[in-house]
Amino acid sequence: MTTPIEQRGYAQPDALVSTDWVEQHLKDPAIRLIESNEDTLLYASGHVPGAVHVDWTSDLNDQLRRDYISREAFEALMSRIGVSSETTVVFYGDKNNWWACYAFWVFQLFGHTKARVMDGGRIKWQKENRSLSRDTPSYAASKYHAKERDDSPIRAYRDDVLAHMKKQGQLVDVRSPEEYTGERMHMPDYPNEGALRGGHIPGAKSVPWARAINPEDGTFKSAAELSQLYCETQKLSPREETIAYCRIGERSSHTWFALKYLLGFEKVRNYDGSWTEWGNSVGVPIEK
Amino acid sequence: MAPPKLQALLEMFDMFPDVADRTSMLLSYADQFREVPVDVATRPFSARHQVPQCESDAYVWGVKAPDNTLQLYFAVENPSGVSAKALAAILDKTLSGTPAREIATVGPEIVERIFRQNISMGKGMGLMSMVQAVQALAKAASANP
Repeated sequence: MTTPIEQRGYAQPDALVSTDWVEQHLKDPAIRLIESNEDTLLYASGHVPGAVHVDWTSDLNDQLRRDYISREAFEALMSRIGVSSETTVVFYGDKNNWWACYAFWVFQLFGHTKARVMDGGRIKWQKENRSLSRDTPSYAASKYHAKERDDSPIRAYRDDVLAHMKKQGQLVDVRSPEEYTGERMHMPDYPNEGALRGGHIPGAKSVPWARAINPEDGTFKSAAELSQLYCETQKLSPREETIAYCRIGERSSHTWFALKYLLGFEKVRNYDGSWTEWGNSVGVPIEK
Repeated sequence: MAPPKLQALLEMFDMFPDVADRTSMLLSYADQFREVPVDVATRPFSARHQVPQCESDAYVWGVKAPDNTLQLYFAVENPSGVSAKALAAILDKTLSGTPAREIATVGPEIVERIFRQNISMGKGMGLMSMVQAVQALAKAASANP
């Protein structure tokens, strides 16, 4: 039995909603469910009724430069999925919400703060035998005026990380232990995407992202358990500036979410350049 | 050249470069997936039959007939393993009943040809590993007539 979200001691419990809550809001016009997955077949194979699909590569990434979409493209995306500035978006997806948190993070670059994550994601919904639909919903196009993208509060660039590292700021490496030590340069069972050097950013603490999750149902661990993991074991302080990174910033979005919303870290940024940038950059320091 | 039925399927997929068409075709195969029958294997499945590197927790069996053809069976334990189910159904429909020595020639490169844009980072390695597991079964079967 999963402990109710409001009893888990989170800093911002409203950032999460339960599968029960989603079930009760399936027809709520003020809510838009958004599924974001790694597996591109999953949404089409069946999704939470009424949910729209946002693909992390084609919808959220600039198709030419390594960057996220422009304000205009974000406005077009929001219009397409029928979201206004008053709509609360609820993300969920595969891999324990790994990509859902990534999409959530990108939405925050544009200041859409009416955003939540469905605790447990797609796997919990399925394990509870809740209904799935193959009908692609259609919503009237909305008019959405996005703020100009402001990366600085939640996104770190390579030079930010370098400066942060030099002043011995808090860094969390959320990759697998083998990637952290440099034994391998890609996730277990994933292809090597071409980092020239292995290891980690000097001073980074190793906390693989999935440790924040209860493996049996994909829900987030309680605040006390997360605090044990990040604050007590790794001596990370919620009051200190923190930067999380992984390989391209997707797994670290999940950790960013846990630190910021569940543990109340005051300033957390996600370094989306992550190891595919750092491990290929000339002259940056690396530790093994 | 792949065995005839698989070759025909690959050529059919080649005719549909559009991602929506391919998604629809792959889902159609996933819907046709049939799990290994109980007279071949029951849970808990033996780790000897588990596909390495497959996050969908897939298993594969090969049962050789007296005429040296191979019947393939699969299980996919992850409820989100839609891609694995699609590939399993494709391999079963196009290779089961084919001589083991012919199945042994089928390599993991077919995965890219079938899935194209629908191949995700994690899935790709697991799906190729499924084909390699089938290939290994076929090689073992054809080596022991």
